[in-house]
Amino acid sequence: MTSETKSPGFFSRLAHPGQFLVWSRYLVWPLAGLTVILFAIGLYLALVASPADYQMGETVRIMYMHVPNAWLSMMCYGVMAVAAFGTLVWRHPLADVAAKSAAPLGAIFTAIALLTGIVWGIPTWGTGWVWDGRLTSMLLHFLIYLGIIAMWFTFEDQHRAGRIIAVFTLIGVVNLVVIHYSVEWWSTLHQPASVFTAEGPKMPLELLTPLFVNLFAFSFLFATLQVVSMRTEIMRRRVAAMQRQAAMNRGAAPSPEPAR
Amino acid sequence: MIEAGMHWDYVATAYAMSLGLILAVIVWVAFDARRQRLKLAALEARGIRRRSARAETQAGPETGTP
Repeated sequence: MTSETKSPGFFSRLAHPGQFLVWSRYLVWPLAGLTVILFAIGLYLALVASPADYQMGETVRIMYMHVPNAWLSMMCYGVMAVAAFGTLVWRHPLADVAAKSAAPLGAIFTAIALLTGIVWGIPTWGTGWVWDGRLTSMLLHFLIYLGIIAMWFTFEDQHRAGRIIAVFTLIGVVNLVVIHYSVEWWSTLHQPASVFTAEGPKMPLELLTPLFVNLFAFSFLFATLQVVSMRTEIMRRRVAAMQRQAAMNRGAAPSPEPAR
Repeated sequence: MIEAGMHWDYVATAYAMSLGLILAVIVWVAFDARRQRLKLAALEARGIRRRSARAETQAGPETGTP
């Protein structure tokens, strides 16, 4: 008799939650170290070594916090959308772990982008908030994050939650398109894209360098926190499974802590 | 170098808010990780095993749930 069982491929084995816990352990400290180094350089460039802007003056330094966080808020959602696809198509156990871990991080990056935008707007525009396309769609983006986090806490069965939230997450991708094109579709106080344009960056190198170093710093911070949060989520689900097992061993009605 | 008096208070507020929120999320992620690690260690010390962990022991690490 021949075995019909197909051996899982290299990437399937790597993405197995148990294997992920093994190899990701060695990623955390190098990622954290790189993040600290990049933040040290980024903050030095942003606050000490870079010049003031000829129009914005010293408030240009707020951009080095605002823009990386705005980009990261969208990238985080991109990670969640890819994970949602993985949940719905392959039902991969690590996909909804990744999606759940990224949601609070994305919410924090979005909150920072919104708050620093308000602080920058007061001296520059004369107002911290206007209900225009970019700011409103960004606020909606933040509320979508909060909705997704609330949904993870609402469902006790996290595997079922993963599938429902995956559908919701993919619908929310529409808002990423709205955020991106909002400055072109509607009249707004917010400036149009000035870094990634067809003609190249519309910004001098003295301002681009601190911007990109801080973008890398925040990206590595996200990677570090994402890996740690995914490890924690796997452990949380194991704790819930073991508590269920302990309750069954006792012969009592299972009353485990939900894996939230 | 940043000059005092040129909206430095807005710059300081933006950086303080950003770094404050970042520090808060780092502390929360680290605290949550530690709490789950301790819970898992306590359950393992009581000799409790997941069903899938027992299956993994028999069939290798390719099976099982998170």
